[in-house]
Amino acid sequence: MSVSILDAGDAALTIEFGDAIDPSLLAAVNALDAAIARRQAEGGLAGLIETMPTFRSLTLFYDPLATGREALVAELRPLLDAAGRGAPAPGRQWRLPVCYEGEAAPDLAEVARTLGITEAEVVALHAGTDYLVYMLGFLPGFPFMGDLPRKLRLPRRAEPRVRVPPGSVAIATGLTAIYPWESPGGWHLLGRCPVPLFDARRDSPSLLAAGDRVRFVPVGADEYRAIEAGLNSGEIDPFIWLDADAKRVTAAQEGA
Amino acid sequence: MNTKAELEILAAGAYASVQDGGRRGHRRIGVPWAGALDSRLMRIANALAGNAEGAPVIECFDGGLQVAARGGAVRVAVAGDASVEVEGRDGRRNLPSWRSVTLAEGESLRIRRMLSGRIAVVAVADLALPAVMGSAATYVRAGLGGLGGKALAAGMRLPAGAGDGVDRALPQPPLADAGPIRIVPGPQAGHFTDDALQTLTAAEYRVTAEADRMGVRLEGPRLAHRGAAEIVSDATVPGSIQVPGNGQPIVLLADAQTAGGYPKIATVISADLGRLAALRPGQALRFATVTADEGATIARAQEGETRALIGAIRPLLPDGIDVAVLYSANLVGGVVHALAADYRPLPSDHACNERSSNP
Repeated sequence: MSVSILDAGDAALTIEFGDAIDPSLLAAVNALDAAIARRQAEGGLAGLIETMPTFRSLTLFYDPLATGREALVAELRPLLDAAGRGAPAPGRQWRLPVCYEGEAAPDLAEVARTLGITEAEVVALHAGTDYLVYMLGFLPGFPFMGDLPRKLRLPRRAEPRVRVPPGSVAIATGLTAIYPWESPGGWHLLGRCPVPLFDARRDSPSLLAAGDRVRFVPVGADEYRAIEAGLNSGEIDPFIWLDADAKRVTAAQEGA
Repeated sequence: MNTKAELEILAAGAYASVQDGGRRGHRRIGVPWAGALDSRLMRIANALAGNAEGAPVIECFDGGLQVAARGGAVRVAVAGDASVEVEGRDGRRNLPSWRSVTLAEGESLRIRRMLSGRIAVVAVADLALPAVMGSAATYVRAGLGGLGGKALAAGMRLPAGAGDGVDRALPQPPLADAGPIRIVPGPQAGHFTDDALQTLTAAEYRVTAEADRMGVRLEGPRLAHRGAAEIVSDATVPGSIQVPGNGQPIVLLADAQTAGGYPKIATVISADLGRLAALRPGQALRFATVTADEGATIARAQEGETRALIGAIRPLLPDGIDVAVLYSANLVGGVVHALAADYRPLPSDHACNERSSNP
């Protein structure tokens, strides 16, 4: 695995492991990220503000008044070796409800037409796959997930939307995502997920974490509305969609 | 401190929001730093108001902000090259920026217009807002910080007070720097043709109307990609210059998305981000390349200048004599500040008295 250290101005640098979407690159990124966190916990890497893991690189944000590129890189070198031997971190398993019907699915018909399959096949393929949360970014809590089944791969929309409704479940290239917030967006919208992905009041504001696995469960429009109402009133806790085994692990961690 | 006093927003102008030093540590879940676009203005304004340098402030674009004291006196301080007006029972009076003023109950302060740049920062004594994820900075997209996560609008009220009761002024405001915006090539300079970086630094670019807290879209000679105008999404940083397929650069700022799939030809250095964000639509700019180390050296030099500016802040004399006037009239020979029309210079012996009373 070749590693490049790229300049990102005078206050950040990016350590790049490759330029593909590939779980083995992600494992290296996460291993380096974990090694950096350990080093910081030991009092090292002074001046480092935060790190941002992505599909294939780790960006380090630092205070140029407190440290320098050379000092940081020197301290990082030994940590890079460990990254090459990284193994995927164990993630949690989620089963998130998605309505693939009507106005919740504005691009479903067009996607089916473009791919030459039926709408039902698109839904079955999309909901029949376990996705890895590669990274969070773009918007707070926005999960980049993959990989899509080969049959569902298509480029972004030629005309990006100015407004993608919050909760939209979307696909583009080999990836799928949920837009947690209204925003512009160029992906194809296949459905809507009622579960809020971000809540600043929680200790961990993002529902999903990099390394988690997500499976989508189709629900009808009525059920979607019922879930949405339950979430709004507080009767439904978003963590009910965490897989039972994973929930036990989380409870054990919280108890520790 | 009067805990019952409030600052009411009478008009927000083009865009105003509560900002502070920003929200660190959450980029990994997609939360940008937000925070003041020009942290130097924030720090100076807070020092003028007698606040901690990183306290929440009001950042406003293009003038038009008007605020009023309600329920008691409120001290406010303005940093930025702005024309300021205070309206009270005795009528209106013009005021230079780079000073604080204590508004009596019912009095209001208005940023009439910007004399240069786009950004003015108004610090408010005793402005206490809850930190959301470590910061009071408003990030509207996710409804974080500020007042209910929203940009400021007429009718909103901020908790405020008169602070320590001492008004202060900055004798000599920072000089405008019209030099090129410094950039460090990368992280994806290699995704562009050899000519592209040359073009970026040789040609003139212009700020378009699409310029806000997220970023500044520029127009100028096209920057050609070597291959596809697409990368596997990676982290953006404040200052990233991303170039989509149309070859026109976009500089990302404090509220920008934390990851992106356009190649980034270069990054604006931290010391020049505030200056870039303050450029008005239609204004021209040039870029010059530096190394990351040179960028850090510039950052340290700028920090030294900011410290010196803050250190030079002086209390206003009790009888209302403006120390800034004295300094600008007597110590800055030949240099006429853009606000000079608002000053009424006093005899030089006042200046001598004031200088001798400095600690």
